[in-house]
Amino acid sequence: MDAVMQQVAEHKGCGTSGGSGKASCGSGAGENDLPPEIWDKVKNHPCYSEEAHHHYARMHVAVAPACNIQCNYCNRKYDCANESRPGVVSEKLSPEQAAKKVLAVASTIPQMTVLGIAGPGDPLANPAKTFKTFELISKTAPDIKLCLSTNGLALPDHVDTIAKYNVDHVTITINMVDPEVGAKIYPWIFWKHKRVEGIEAARILTERQMQGLEMLTERGILCKVNSVMIPGVNDKHLVEVNKAVKSRGAFLHNIMPLISAPEHGTVFGLTGQRGPSAQELKALQDSCEGEMNMMRHCRQCRADAVGLLGEDRSEEFTTDKIMAMEVNYDLESRKAYQAAVELERVAKVEAKKEELETLAGVASDIKILTAVATKGSGLINEHFGHAKEFQIYELSTSGAKFVGHRRVDLYCQGGFGDEDSLETVIRAINDCHAVFVAKIGGCPKGDLAKAGIEAVDEYAHEFIEKSAIAWFKAYLEKVKSGEIVHEERGDAVIRQGALIATAAAAE
Amino acid sequence: MAYRIVSSQCTSCSACEAECPNEAISEKGGTFIIDPAKCTECIGHFDTPQCVAVCPVDETCVVDKNYPRYQAP
Repeated sequence: MDAVMQQVAEHKGCGTSGGSGKASCGSGAGENDLPPEIWDKVKNHPCYSEEAHHHYARMHVAVAPACNIQCNYCNRKYDCANESRPGVVSEKLSPEQAAKKVLAVASTIPQMTVLGIAGPGDPLANPAKTFKTFELISKTAPDIKLCLSTNGLALPDHVDTIAKYNVDHVTITINMVDPEVGAKIYPWIFWKHKRVEGIEAARILTERQMQGLEMLTERGILCKVNSVMIPGVNDKHLVEVNKAVKSRGAFLHNIMPLISAPEHGTVFGLTGQRGPSAQELKALQDSCEGEMNMMRHCRQCRADAVGLLGEDRSEEFTTDKIMAMEVNYDLESRKAYQAAVELERVAKVEAKKEELETLAGVASDIKILTAVATKGSGLINEHFGHAKEFQIYELSTSGAKFVGHRRVDLYCQGGFGDEDSLETVIRAINDCHAVFVAKIGGCPKGDLAKAGIEAVDEYAHEFIEKSAIAWFKAYLEKVKSGEIVHEERGDAVIRQGALIATAAAAE
Repeated sequence: MAYRIVSSQCTSCSACEAECPNEAISEKGGTFIIDPAKCTECIGHFDTPQCVAVCPVDETCVVDKNYPRYQAP
């Protein structure tokens, strides 16, 4: 640990003195910001590239149920059909079933480019099942990228195997580099045939995580770090974690809010440990951003999620349905589809660039947040009342920057009735000045206006960033002319519930 | 001597199956069971029963009172 703290102490911010050359990479980074070999790896990965997440889909296969550590934010006994959060799955798969599922999904959803194994336990606590799955998929669907997510305890033992199967994306969940903090998050680990508890457990875990991270980056395997922000436990400490993982070559840091509703039955849920507010989360992400690029589009999805981030089509691909499917894996038609997606992407980037040029020379310190209702493809294409989440953009004279998403779906169909749903939306986007929608009714539009949020529907089905910049330019002009007075907005609430799996259930 | 798995507690995560030195644990009808004829409570192998140590849910792997550790001769 001394070595860790020494490096943390010596860490000098966002420079590339370590020679990794990775400091400029990140979720918001584009082609021109990245070394070509890294851009090639991330450009179509929805979990790594914020831009790609509008266009490409991922799936997780739940082949790894066993876990070798216990986390206070995880309850393995809880599995509700309407519950979507990390670690929750409806059915566990054998490697053979998983391989068939991947082929079935990739044939149905041509923009599916990434296959991940993320539990519900730890993939590396189930190495035989995890690597058998990778082996089968690399044979039958060689174009699909493989990634895995781990707590890191067993990682150093498996780095060579990870390299052997060309797994080029690994996510490690690292919540601390200080065992004192770790002892508050992890009650025990299973290590060398013993259950180890307390500070000793956290010390072993952090050593293994740091060692595993270093081994991966030495081999050129792209590494993302996930951290759960737990107010009063590790919220301030995550700045240290950010420095520690950056200095070891991690490519991207994803700080996620704690999910801790009492009904989830987790230790934190039962002790009343709260999650962060939207502004607390954003402030921490912003404070780490100088050190390293931050991931802001994480949906904390299920371990068997299928489809674009923010949508879950897993119910279309249950084991019964897959086993009955005739699968025709057509690599050529997948390539053709993805080529069309690329054209759309280029058009979107061009449109943003042109609009941004019209902002050039406008001087203003105003920064405002806006919410967008979207179904994907980088377009304002969702009806206000159908939106299960809103994407949040921060607008300033330097452009439109994606800073996160806010879920507004109803939790388990209980607790919130229809009359509450608008209030739920307002609470979730209360820090925004405007919400961009494809369509909105008169009543909600009026209620939003009363809450101080302008509903904007004149950019329906247009590109998000281009439209947001155009609207912002008009906003600044109105402020300048005195037509409106710019006021700061309040804080917003992060939804503690679950993303409901099917569109039908949410309506 | 044997341990048993409380099926209402078991999440069938399979963590125990791989750790058992006696291959006494198998899946049956969605949850895991311990074959009492094979279970040695890990005596001679490890300090603690491995199913208990690795199980993520407390009070799931418990002593099976039907198989007492010592029986009077």
